Amino acid sequence: MKQVFAKPASLKDVQTHFCPGCHHGSFHRLVAEAMDRFGIAEQTIGCASVGCSVFLYAYFNIDVVESPHGRAPAVATGVKRARPDRIVFTYQGDGDLAAIGTSEIIHAANRGEKITVIFVNNTTYGMTGGQMAPTTMPGQITSTSPEGRNVDNDGKPFKMAELLSNLDGVAFSARVAVNNPKNVMQAKKAIKTAFRYQVENKGFAFIEALAACPTNWGMNPMAANERVGNEMIPYFPLGIFKNKENL
Amino acid sequence: MSRYEKKFVKGNEAVAMAAIEAGVECYFGYPITPQSDIPEYLSRELPKRGGTFIQAESEIGAINMVLGASAAGMRAMTSSSGPGISLKQEGISYMSGSELPCVIVDVMRQGPGLGGIDASQADYHQATKGGGHGGYRIIVLAPNSVQEMYDLTMLAFDLSDQYRIPAMVLADSVLGQMKESIVPNQRPVAELPIKDWAVRGTGGAVQNVVKSLYLGDGEMEKFHWKMHARYQELADRDSRWEEYQTADAELIVTAFGCTSRIARTAVDMARSEGFKVGLMRPVTLFPFPKKAYRELSAKCKRWLTIELSTGQMVDDVRLSVFRDADVDFYGRPPGAGSLPTPEELFARIKNNFKDLMI
Repeated sequence: MKQVFAKPASLKDVQTHFCPGCHHGSFHRLVAEAMDRFGIAEQTIGCASVGCSVFLYAYFNIDVVESPHGRAPAVATGVKRARPDRIVFTYQGDGDLAAIGTSEIIHAANRGEKITVIFVNNTTYGMTGGQMAPTTMPGQITSTSPEGRNVDNDGKPFKMAELLSNLDGVAFSARVAVNNPKNVMQAKKAIKTAFRYQVENKGFAFIEALAACPTNWGMNPMAANERVGNEMIPYFPLGIFKNKENL
Repeated sequence: MSRYEKKFVKGNEAVAMAAIEAGVECYFGYPITPQSDIPEYLSRELPKRGGTFIQAESEIGAINMVLGASAAGMRAMTSSSGPGISLKQEGISYMSGSELPCVIVDVMRQGPGLGGIDASQADYHQATKGGGHGGYRIIVLAPNSVQEMYDLTMLAFDLSDQYRIPAMVLADSVLGQMKESIVPNQRPVAELPIKDWAVRGTGGAVQNVVKSLYLGDGEMEKFHWKMHARYQELADRDSRWEEYQTADAELIVTAFGCTSRIARTAVDMARSEGFKVGLMRPVTLFPFPKKAYRELSAKCKRWLTIELSTGQMVDDVRLSVFRDADVDFYGRPPGAGSLPTPEELFARIKNNFKDLMI
């Protein structure tokens, strides 16, 4: 019998701590598939962040350094400059990258660090229990925006993929989702491109990954998945915002 | 001209020269007075030697780049002063928790807040007691000359690699800015452990993880006891100090850094007038050379601690000497014009002999 589907070799054969319906698992898989595609797992160093994404080393068969909250792009800069022949990526949540770590991400991007950044946007702080994030949608109720996000008070959600695409140092910037098979295929392609950019030494590549957080949204997995399509994608449009190869 | 020939250089320059001699591979920093000569020198000299120099977006960015480069097994360093060192504390705590070596040079200026740029020793507590969260210590070396700015910077790299504890060179703006003749010594031969823990992306059977998160039952406690034992080993093997005229001393003055230079002149003045005064200068502030203080205080019961603060190191002196020793304190809180003169210190020394002079 011909085998047509398998678990990526870059992933460990373990259960994750992610909640049912969480999209982290899908994105972990897509990242692992990209590593397998280029055969780079053995030369990859992951920079984990603070939040649900901290356990990178528990799920990937790669060397990992844990970064302080928001600082993964600075840590990755240190790693990549120290070992330019290695593949270095960060995997960060929205509180981590778009709030406490805005300085680090913008400057790493602007310097054109030859790293890959996977930015998981689930419109909330997952690990700490569903507080308002810089990406929380207008009107979205969270544990620190009990009346819903008030844009007069808190501003509007950051659109990081668009924002970073404006910097000359950024070679590739895309927003993807995994809420349906079509989007999964596009996400897979974009993540592969983001790693290929580094393999080919082409520059800074950024993936914003729209993700469901059923637990903190107070939804079941199906409803949370639907919310990605119904509410998030209209505000955070999918697509490629910068692709140096097409410029 | 040989690079090891005598040179007349600024303290900050000596630090940068020593870093290169020690084989620093990556420097990440941010401009702040009075240490900016260090990044300036390294931005010029390090890339020529194949090293990495980045002027980071912030002190936080810089220390986290150090964290990354160190995790990848490189000799990495940063330098700063007061407000910048405060910002770096997050990274220093994480590096301590991740057992990562690095060198941090703190050319102390005044504070709190923006303070000022003259000499200060008021960051003694911040440096020696663990300035960030979580209960850790770092190696703290206190030079008192431009020569020692050079020598102790090289030593900091070796000690840090040896113990996998961040090391700080705690200087001040006098030491950073003044020029003295130095002999730029060759890097001493040191047998250092292989960094087999580093993230190298070399795959294979062993997965290397550099982290400070410990959630398992008893894991964090075990980590703390392990580090506690390492700090003890560091104290037993690598406590350093300098004694001057202590053999017959009836009063021992103790001071570190630039203050110890002024104190030494005051000790000479006292000796020339027949007062039996000595000087005890700690070179390692962490580990504090407790045993040496204790032994000296078995014979000499009069002590005078001098600092450019309202009193920080004096706590460690009082904890180290025998309880029957009397520890006087003379401090000048940091500020423009607050550097004490040798005459001023000599007056305080004499004051401690009052009862004997009657």
